Amino acid sequence: MSYPELTRRCFLGRTSLGLGAVVLASLEATEARSEAATRGLPPGVQGFPQFPAKAKRVIFLCMAGGPSHLETFDYKPELARLHGQPMPESITAGQPIAQLQGQKLVCQGPLLKFRRWGESGQEITEIFPAIGSVADEIAIVRSMHTDQINHDPAHTVMNTGTSISCRPSMGAWVTYGLGSECHDLPGFVVLTSKGGRNPQPIATRQWHSGFLPSRFQGVEFYSQGDPVHYVRNPLGVDHERQRQVVDAVARLNAIRQQTVADPEIATRISQYEMAFQMQMSVPRLMDISDEPQHVLDDYGVRGADGSFAYNCLLARRLAERGVRFIQLYHRGWDHHNDLARFIKVCADLCDRPTAALIRDLKRRGMLDETLIIWGGEFGRTPMAQSNKGDVGRDHHMRAFSMFLCGGGVRGGITYGATDELGYHAVENPVHVHDLHATMLHLLGIDHRRLTYRYQGRDFRLTDVGGNVVHDLLA
Amino acid sequence: MLSSLPLAALPTLVAALSLVTASAATEAAAAEPVQFNRDIRPILSNHCFNCHGPDASTREADLRLDTQAGLLGDGQDAAGVVVPGKPEVSLLWQRITADDSAERMPPQEYGKPLSDQQKALIRRWIEEGAQWQGHWAFVPPTRPAVPQVERGDWPATAIDAFLLARMEAAGASPSPPADRVTLLRRLSLDLTGLAPTPEEVSAFLADTRPGAWERQVERLLASPHFGERMAVYWLDLVRYGDSGGYHSDNTVHISPYRDYVIHAFNDNLPFDRFTREQLAGDLLPSPSTEQIVAAGYNRLNKTTEEGGAQPQEYLAKYAADRVRATAGAWLGATLGCAECHDHKYDPYTMRDFYSFAAFFADVKEQGKYGGNGKRDPELMVPNRFQETRLNQIAQEEMQLEAALAKSPAPEEQPALKQRLAALAAERKAIEANFTRTMITVSVQPREMRILPRGDWMDRSGEVVQPAVPRFLESESLRQTALQRRLTRLDLAGWITSPDNPLTARVFVNRLWKLFYGAGLSRDLDDVGAQGQWPTHPALLDYLAVEFVESGWDIKHMVRLMVTARAYRQTSQPSPELLETDPANELFARQNRWRLEAEFIRDHALAVSGLLVRHLGGKSVYPYQPAGYWDHLNFPTRKWVADTGANQYRRGLYTHWQRTFLHPMLLAFDAPSREECVAQRPVSNTPKAALTLLNDPTFVEAARALAARTLLQGPADDDARLTWLWQQVLARPPLQAESQVLAELLAANREHYRTAPQEAKKLLSVGQAVAPASLDAAEVAAWTAVCRTLLNLHETITRE
Repeated sequence: MSYPELTRRCFLGRTSLGLGAVVLASLEATEARSEAATRGLPPGVQGFPQFPAKAKRVIFLCMAGGPSHLETFDYKPELARLHGQPMPESITAGQPIAQLQGQKLVCQGPLLKFRRWGESGQEITEIFPAIGSVADEIAIVRSMHTDQINHDPAHTVMNTGTSISCRPSMGAWVTYGLGSECHDLPGFVVLTSKGGRNPQPIATRQWHSGFLPSRFQGVEFYSQGDPVHYVRNPLGVDHERQRQVVDAVARLNAIRQQTVADPEIATRISQYEMAFQMQMSVPRLMDISDEPQHVLDDYGVRGADGSFAYNCLLARRLAERGVRFIQLYHRGWDHHNDLARFIKVCADLCDRPTAALIRDLKRRGMLDETLIIWGGEFGRTPMAQSNKGDVGRDHHMRAFSMFLCGGGVRGGITYGATDELGYHAVENPVHVHDLHATMLHLLGIDHRRLTYRYQGRDFRLTDVGGNVVHDLLA
Repeated sequence: MLSSLPLAALPTLVAALSLVTASAATEAAAAEPVQFNRDIRPILSNHCFNCHGPDASTREADLRLDTQAGLLGDGQDAAGVVVPGKPEVSLLWQRITADDSAERMPPQEYGKPLSDQQKALIRRWIEEGAQWQGHWAFVPPTRPAVPQVERGDWPATAIDAFLLARMEAAGASPSPPADRVTLLRRLSLDLTGLAPTPEEVSAFLADTRPGAWERQVERLLASPHFGERMAVYWLDLVRYGDSGGYHSDNTVHISPYRDYVIHAFNDNLPFDRFTREQLAGDLLPSPSTEQIVAAGYNRLNKTTEEGGAQPQEYLAKYAADRVRATAGAWLGATLGCAECHDHKYDPYTMRDFYSFAAFFADVKEQGKYGGNGKRDPELMVPNRFQETRLNQIAQEEMQLEAALAKSPAPEEQPALKQRLAALAAERKAIEANFTRTMITVSVQPREMRILPRGDWMDRSGEVVQPAVPRFLESESLRQTALQRRLTRLDLAGWITSPDNPLTARVFVNRLWKLFYGAGLSRDLDDVGAQGQWPTHPALLDYLAVEFVESGWDIKHMVRLMVTARAYRQTSQPSPELLETDPANELFARQNRWRLEAEFIRDHALAVSGLLVRHLGGKSVYPYQPAGYWDHLNFPTRKWVADTGANQYRRGLYTHWQRTFLHPMLLAFDAPSREECVAQRPVSNTPKAALTLLNDPTFVEAARALAARTLLQGPADDDARLTWLWQQVLARPPLQAESQVLAELLAANREHYRTAPQEAKKLLSVGQAVAPASLDAAEVAAWTAVCRTLLNLHETITRE
């Protein structure tokens, strides 16, 4: 289905067309504008995608806090052998250190067992049995590395490609480049959940549009309370009353338009219509009563409880509706202490829904066109951290693991490697910029061409770096 | 192409178009000689400087195209790549037109080929003699002559003459003036961020004597709200925020600095003093409290409390943050680009970057702070009213003590002593209400090194001393630096020295944007080689020189801009102008724009009668959706909405949580204030619509306005609708407009009369008490009308 057709279907498919739409239609009679323009749909940059896209959308599962690669996807027997011994200085000399500054650096062997999974025999922690069950679908990258060693700036790098604030996030870049596919939901949606160790604060900067036009900002959805800010009618105002106000606003704006011929007024009218549609579509989206029990069971959803499971189900529902970029944060992965215990809490919350999402998309024929990315903002030290409780690990930026799935990614492979202690990414290192370049490539975008001029410079998500990791492509 | 894009994209698109195609204005200049600065440098900068520009580390073939010597030779050993008058033998021409793609510049893989039109311009420039010019913004401005115009009766001011000359050259004419109601609304919003009341409109319409406009200008310039309006603009530049900005993002204390900014604009503090006090108030001889507060500027950078933060790393981040902000706010310079490498387009080197950072190396601070937002050094300070009162108390105490010392009659003593005790108690009470603020304390400067590739762990770079960018350094500053270490006072002095080519231009350009909607140089945040050539370079220089010569008098500059006839033109474009000058580069009409986030709030509260207008003070907490702060941690916290007066303060006093900016401010494009912002984007989104429709602030304002209408407005519906319309929009409604509202009113009246419980619910939104004397159903029905009015495009638009 071509894009304008989809738009038309999306729009005309609604039964409660308001006056705003009628007003718009009459405006259209005098001002020839495209379907997308009158609907206020961000159409993306002309010429994007630049080549046939494998993926139409992205679901980014952000494991905030920094999951330990050494207990999830990167088993290190040598680290087990050296357990309790000083970390070789040859490795740590001159390296940035976070909370372990000034402390003795001691090797900490893997705290969990690993298993081989699937036909591909991928080596994954035993506490990820569900992800293990889809091991043949995913491409594990063991050689990720980043620039920042603390949460806030490292998240900022993962989302914007730099630790300097006020640059656009990747979701904003993607919706800017490709536009949106649905008129009654934002193109870029963010959901969060928690559980595990002390939840990470995640700044709205992580889904901000930076210097890109604000309409590309991520919109946060909440599974409890109002699902989107101000999406609910005021107290004492029912659907019909709200409709009347929105209609009156549209009529008066249209009268004004006749006097001043300001094109922004037509946009304003369409945005109000979209807002009103959102007031209905968002509650419908969030209401999962139409989901069969076996689907709920597969995800492990026990209701609209703000859990990662519920958010994963919502992610699929958003993907079905054409949302371009969906980002799910789970804020419990910062395991400075009691790592073995806390990581199991996170695994219990995140493992099953992640695999269910992959299976569900596959069953619906959507996995091929949906790129799923799983991972944190950094990894964790091969050295022990023992400030309180049981042992944990500190922040680590030189190596961590992520996985990609669907959307043109070659499943069942493991790419790149760390050194034998899991400290440095040594074989085929993948910088965050490379991840971004690969993600954009799968979306049909040359990362060097998706630019926006600000302060005299053509900025891009990958700054001056980024190489597409072709070995990850199907 | 236009028709396939949403209209919301128009401003961006127009900006992009004017970059890549010949605009109406440059077409008009086609017959004029090519100017290096206007026509050639932008091409070379965008297409060539990356490899043949200021950055030595990426320079190819040892060739510079950003210097006169590089282009034309140095007259001795080095031959240039351009032979004036002879394109065919000029290497530059040969290489950009080479048939062999391996020879042709720019290289194909660079991805920025030259268009035929650009090549033709370069050819013409060479043919016409290849005159070189220094980059316009780096040459100190001189006052140009006011141009002669054909329509000599039109200009009211020099500004008009400059604008008209350009219009006439382009074959355009100025637009007629806007009607007087629109004009007063425009002026009031521009100067105070508040729309005029119907009474103010009537008074202006009744004033038919000459000078009526000027009287309005003076009235509004004298309004205390002028300072608030200007502060909204300044606080974006200096990135004022009420929270640390990183990770835990705890509340920090700096609101007295905001008060300082408001007062400074109201008092019309000369801009050089304003600059000096912010950068170096603490270094002035016996600084006043306000000067100490002003120097809180140096503490506005983001700061961290995150557990694993390495102090050295964050000290480097803070240093870079200050360079970006100070260069951005005062110089319109992207000096921040030179943190990891020499600047790609402008002659700023890495040494310049770190030398600039070294000015602030004496600021006492920590790389990592303890929790809970404490940011030593801090000071408890009085606000202006408290300070005045304390001075009065001190004086009276002196008199009383003098009286006591003269051994008064015994019967008088108890009264005197009682009075002294009362004064002491009052002083104590006032002092207990001082406000905490971060201050700048100068200590032994930290060592500042050049960090290779910006890497804070690399200690191999050279140690640098404070210095301004070398190519802008004055001889006197160079001499001073030989004698002693330069200070922030020297920096402030250099920034506001009449020879500084950037400061005055950048400031008046941004000021112009506040009143005309677009800068004379459209890039407000970059006047370097990649910035846009000004549409009116002579006018920009005229204003810059005027600003300096007026003694950096800001109100004088505002007055000049808003008393121009050009300011008073209608914003309604004629079909011809829309065709020939869609981006309004000629300023042959006014621009119109959506109000800033803060002013949208202010307007709703003002017309509702809820707005509390007192000036300054701590930040306030208007209603905010529950749960929005759930993601904050270390510690977790809740937003508690203010009660009473603080619920109804102007938008600029809203607590500015940098990582979770209030959703209303966010929906209307207010920046997070993590970085210097010279120009906010203007969006038109469903989120904004939902905010105006459903945010309790606006619902409460609507029901308060409804109650006010019923209590204060005329008695019958029609007259009431007219009255109400004028409250919100200043002008009277058209018949058709009243009709829409009358229908809405009737439908809602019918509904709420049969659903009184619903009416009660609607009247319960917000804290304001609904007058018991009014019928709830009637207020609810009028609330629907008021909500409609507050949501209109025109209501949130400055025309």
